[in-house]
Amino acid sequence: MEGWKMTTLPKHTEKKLGLVIDLDTCVGCHACVISCKGWNTENYGAPLSDQNAYGADNSGTFLNRVHSYEIQPEGDAAAQLIHFPKSCLHCDDAPCVTVCPTGASYKRVEDGIVLVNETDCIGCGLCAWACPYGARELDQAEGVMKKCTLCVDRIYNENLPEEDRQPACVRTCPSNARHFGDLGDPDSDVSKLVAERGGIDLMPEQGTKPINQYLPPRPKDTLLPDAGEEFDVLAPFLEPVASEPKGFLGWLDKTLEKL
Amino acid sequence: MHPAPSVIFFTTFSGLGFGLLMWLGLGIPAVTGWTAFAFFAIAYVLAVGGLLASTFHLGRPERAIKAFTQWRSSWLSREAWCAVGALVSMGLYGAGLVFLETRYDLIGLVGAALSLATVFTTSMIYTQLKTIPRWHMPLTPIKFLSFSIAGGALLSGQVQVAVFLLLVAGTVQILTWIKGDKAFAQSGTTIATATGLGSTGTVRAFEPPHTGTNYLLREFVHVVGRKHASKLRVISLLLMVVVPVVLMILPFFSHFLAVLALITHIAGVLTARWLFFAEAEHVVGLYYGMR
Amino acid sequence: MNQPVIDLSPKVSDEVRKTTCYMCACRCGINVHMKDGKVAYIEGNKDHPVNQGVLCAKGSAGIMQVNAPSRLRKPLKRVGERGAGDFEEIEWDEALQIATDWLDPVRRDNPEKLAFFTGRDQSQSFTSFWAQNFGTCNYAAHGGFCSVNMAAAGIYTMGGAFWEFGQPDWDHTRLFMLFGVAEDHDSNPIKMGIGKIKARGARVIGVNPIRTGYNAVADDWVGITPGTDGLFILAMIHCLMKAGKIDLHYLAQYTNAPVLVINNPGAADHGLLMRDENGKELVIDRKTGKLTPFDQPGVKPDLAATYEADGQTHRPVFHQMVEMYLDEQYAPEAVAERCGIPAKRIRAIAAELGRVAFDEAFELDHTWTDFRGETHDKMVGRPVSFHAMRGISAHANGFQTCRALHTLQIILGTVEVPGGFRFKPPYPKPATAHPKPHCKVTADAPLDGPHLGFVHGPEDLALKDDGTPARIDKAFTWENPMSSHGLMHMVISNAYAGDPYKIDVLFMYMANMSWNSSMNTRGVIDMLTDKNETGDYVIPKIIYSDAYSSEMVAYADLILPDTTYLERHDCISLLDRPICEADAAADAIRWPVIEPDRDVIGFQSMLCTLGAKLGLPGFVNEDGSQKYADYGDYIVNHQRKPGIGPLAGFRGEEGDKVGRGEVNPAQLDRYIENGGFFVEHIPAGANYYKPWNTAYQDWAVGLGLYDKPEPYLFSLYSEPMRKFQLAAEGHGDRQPPEHLRDRIKATMSPLPIWYSTEADNLAEDYPITALTQRPMAMYHSWGSQNAWLRQLHGHNPLYLPTKLMHETGLADGDWARVTSPHGEITVPVLEMAALNENTIWTWNAIGKRKGAWALEENAPEATRGFLLNHLIHELLPPKGDGLRWANSDPITGQAAWFDLKVRVEKADPPDESQPGFAPLKSPVERGPKDLKWKVGK
Repeated sequence: MEGWKMTTLPKHTEKKLGLVIDLDTCVGCHACVISCKGWNTENYGAPLSDQNAYGADNSGTFLNRVHSYEIQPEGDAAAQLIHFPKSCLHCDDAPCVTVCPTGASYKRVEDGIVLVNETDCIGCGLCAWACPYGARELDQAEGVMKKCTLCVDRIYNENLPEEDRQPACVRTCPSNARHFGDLGDPDSDVSKLVAERGGIDLMPEQGTKPINQYLPPRPKDTLLPDAGEEFDVLAPFLEPVASEPKGFLGWLDKTLEKL
Repeated sequence: MHPAPSVIFFTTFSGLGFGLLMWLGLGIPAVTGWTAFAFFAIAYVLAVGGLLASTFHLGRPERAIKAFTQWRSSWLSREAWCAVGALVSMGLYGAGLVFLETRYDLIGLVGAALSLATVFTTSMIYTQLKTIPRWHMPLTPIKFLSFSIAGGALLSGQVQVAVFLLLVAGTVQILTWIKGDKAFAQSGTTIATATGLGSTGTVRAFEPPHTGTNYLLREFVHVVGRKHASKLRVISLLLMVVVPVVLMILPFFSHFLAVLALITHIAGVLTARWLFFAEAEHVVGLYYGMR
Repeated sequence: MNQPVIDLSPKVSDEVRKTTCYMCACRCGINVHMKDGKVAYIEGNKDHPVNQGVLCAKGSAGIMQVNAPSRLRKPLKRVGERGAGDFEEIEWDEALQIATDWLDPVRRDNPEKLAFFTGRDQSQSFTSFWAQNFGTCNYAAHGGFCSVNMAAAGIYTMGGAFWEFGQPDWDHTRLFMLFGVAEDHDSNPIKMGIGKIKARGARVIGVNPIRTGYNAVADDWVGITPGTDGLFILAMIHCLMKAGKIDLHYLAQYTNAPVLVINNPGAADHGLLMRDENGKELVIDRKTGKLTPFDQPGVKPDLAATYEADGQTHRPVFHQMVEMYLDEQYAPEAVAERCGIPAKRIRAIAAELGRVAFDEAFELDHTWTDFRGETHDKMVGRPVSFHAMRGISAHANGFQTCRALHTLQIILGTVEVPGGFRFKPPYPKPATAHPKPHCKVTADAPLDGPHLGFVHGPEDLALKDDGTPARIDKAFTWENPMSSHGLMHMVISNAYAGDPYKIDVLFMYMANMSWNSSMNTRGVIDMLTDKNETGDYVIPKIIYSDAYSSEMVAYADLILPDTTYLERHDCISLLDRPICEADAAADAIRWPVIEPDRDVIGFQSMLCTLGAKLGLPGFVNEDGSQKYADYGDYIVNHQRKPGIGPLAGFRGEEGDKVGRGEVNPAQLDRYIENGGFFVEHIPAGANYYKPWNTAYQDWAVGLGLYDKPEPYLFSLYSEPMRKFQLAAEGHGDRQPPEHLRDRIKATMSPLPIWYSTEADNLAEDYPITALTQRPMAMYHSWGSQNAWLRQLHGHNPLYLPTKLMHETGLADGDWARVTSPHGEITVPVLEMAALNENTIWTWNAIGKRKGAWALEENAPEATRGFLLNHLIHELLPPKGDGLRWANSDPITGQAAWFDLKVRVEKADPPDESQPGFAPLKSPVERGPKDLKWKVGK
């Protein structure tokens, strides 16, 4: 009977492993997307298949996708572009787990990773319906639900060198915009980063309590003509030493004397 | 949401089937023998047929049996139990009526309750989804139940009751639309909360993560034109409520007209269910700048 | 809780084979995980100097490249008309015999009748060696349309360039300013660097009309009007000079700013640098006030002092700079509108550059001795760094713009100092230390030297005795004297026109000339298929080598199929474009981690055999037998000079020698053991101020990078350019044609200038600039058939700025007709707000021709994808003088494809992107419909 409780969420997980994604640094290169595709095609569960791989309407299963958004600030400031990677957020209150009729979806007690036990999955899709983030994709070839495993088969893998025991997306990220760690431990590097940079939950109103955190972009375009203080501070830096070439050479001579 | 035929047929026909079973369980109409057999056959064809249709939605239907395991937390699992419970109890009850010409009241009542529970659990599969604000409200189960009961009444030939219940169901449907149209906005989920970028300015989806389609877009993003949807709403309401009611209150109401009323009702419910899915907007669409 | 038991430690692979990526030009180290002898997974190599473990999307998708259905399978011989795609599969013996039969007479008769151009080749030191031994002067790779402006301007100015020849000091820089970077050179290092400086809280300023990628993460984005970067930079130079925010010490010690310029109006030496009898530039020593060679011990060159002689006042370069750049034409107010940047913002950015360079200056505790013998106990750091690439160089004013940018970083004193821009070995290396171009063709004999190089005056041009161009691409001619990389984009056009002469065989490698690698795609297709009055093709014979079924295959007569990058030997050599870091010299190899499953041969190995069949001197032994069995054999055994070969590591019989050393037969094995690469670190104290740092110079000589120490001054003032101006003014024997005199005088200013390219491109009628960008997850055509990557970029919308969308009445998903002086396309559009308001753009090379790349004909690449190439011509719009004016930089010949000017209007949606092309007949089978690529169990 114990097994029947699987679909319910654990009251407490020993760790809260997850990702911290830095929107100030992500350049939108899709490295994480393809690294994930490669690792998870070869590892946990069924391969991530592709349909019409070389034709029209090609599509495939991916566990991580990079969106992009334009932000138009108030006033006449330039629009901004933010690259936005998104994968399973391994929610504390994961609705995908509780809706699962077979117990295939579950949240691990040890580390809070949300997984799909593919041999139990009937491919009803309800977990994907319940996920507000689009983190789950039903593999069209296998008929089972695929999702980010946080590379559970890497992070503890004794066949990998210690330094490689992190999710494939984190290991490959060229700009270091992805960080992996225990967000349940306030002293972990990731927790400190979240505290320092004001990490946020996606869709907090959905009540999912996501583990993955997003670091917001830093303020941009501060070297604007009318950005008040910053400009005034800089103005003295361009105080002319002379306005004419002749005067300039006079200044030059004096300055060289001092060198 | 993608209006998949499997789920449209499933909710429509199993709703009708279990609606009829509920009435039969209550002994209305009080049939026995071959008449009962006919009623039960129709109810089972609808209910079981609907359930079978739903399996077409599954990636691995051969494992469907596993869906019974998670009754503690999963509405889908509960639905499976309720459906089996209803079908078994109503089977026993029906066997009594057909073969023994005996009505076991208690089994009938239990079967009726389980039939309603099946419809309720079905509706809760949708209602529970916070991700689809249009569904996530008490009116959703009320609507499913009211149509199931009204459809059952229609099938069981209770003209006056059916007229009344259809009018009630129609009203519930209209309320559902009115409230549903505001639901997404009221849910508080926006592209700003989805991305967390709202504090900087107005957020607009730019390049999607992939130029082609994917499971998410196919499953969750289905755009219905507002005009088209309004037209379909009127048509569905006419077909599932107005036409049957008018037919039933005609002075020359006949078996032929009853069948006609039933057919238009089913066509109307199918249309409404198509809309139920097609108009439902999943919040994940926000990430793609679509709803 | 009862959870499923899962295997947390599955076996990752049977074996890891470490080689070098080839999914773009970045050349990262990769770990190829093998299962059951097949490629199972590819990840970055943590030990590798380039990528330190990270890997981009393309790199990780390499597995889909080695199973791509578009891989060519066997040599092909054309049997139908060119372009029809009718081929017959033949054996290699026959293929090589055909090639020999075509090439041997050319070589014996007139080797220049072979044009051998190698596209995106990463083995140029080898292919050029082959071409040199063949004897043709017509050899180059794709640099001419890629980014020669960037390379040449850097090397002429400071002996090294951005691109992959140098990098910002990521560990110390506080402000990083990035101009128009293309996402295929040093791409992972730039991403890593940005990540590094962001983590430190340092800042990034991005200058680019389009705010994507690096510009999206830039703290400040300058959405400049394309082609005006030079003007913006000169305005900042104006501000900084005017405010005295320049590093006078640095300018005086390390640049030619204090060198005296001969003032002798009307004479043949007017404007040249004053030199002593040994050719050493002369300065006034501030201590003695005397004229002295710049490099004497203890000399303090004076930036201010002038020199009187023969009744003339000779002034230092710096005086000219002051006069030129303090002029109000470079004031922010004067340039703001043209650049699309408010004057105040230009000032703010200049001020910030100055503030960080001087107020955040710091010192590293490294003792070092300069070339004048002075020992410094500290290294002064100026934490402002710059980087740029194709965005500023692919303009007809790109060379001068790149020079201007170098001038900016040099006056701030930030080159080769801590926190600034740093060279990677073998750079710094001044233009004078590079070879000059060679073009002397002799029948049945090798060329007289390397094809490409650096000219230093009219005497170095590649001209025949009659003054006509020696090379088919007219590189190193008066049209573009300093064209160090050749002009691949002009080869087909010139060969077709017979201008300067006709050729017999066109031999190309990895260059998709009938599609995305050409300007004027349709025109090139016609040139390749056109016949003369006798019914023969105007370009008689075409040999093409590629690994994939690209659009070019149909237009060749003989196809020599190449391997994929995991099936071949390669060397990323210090003799070529290496993979060094600012702190280390490094090189690397590729080796066959899998064997080809089809009848293909690596291009370079094939050349070893073909070279031997042709009896090319470098490719046969004394007895006439084949010298190098294959490319791997060449890599190990070839010696450019005694002791110096393609690879620097593990030389000598014991494999313990670095740089210089005898051949080591086990060298490749040692590389493989070492992870596929070799690194030699620059000693501390030698790793900054490299052009002037004795310790570095000695280290570089030891490694074989130079033959002797080569300290030099940065050329703020470019004397070679002045020499071309003097010729245009009528001095000297070699004289430019009349129609080019004025242009040479105007554009070859020895101090950086800016000029508009708009009039040449009819900007009055075509006011919008159209650009392409390389997506980070897709490289040229190579990745486009990749099953994973094509899901990310399967078609390419045209992005329009919000204002233009409104003006033209367009909405997302509509189609627009885009017209240039040359052509017209009709394509789908999307709105983009973070975009310069006079610029439109799209992703490069996503559009594919039907039938190519083993894609189905209704693939989105062919139905919605498109190329801007159809709008660009290799020539400028006719000026009415009957001359063919190349659409290229007049100094280097760099293809000016970012000068493209267009008009945009709403169009009725066609069925497919226009222009449409007839489908090509595919030489390979179509790919599988569904993919489940799992190798292991």
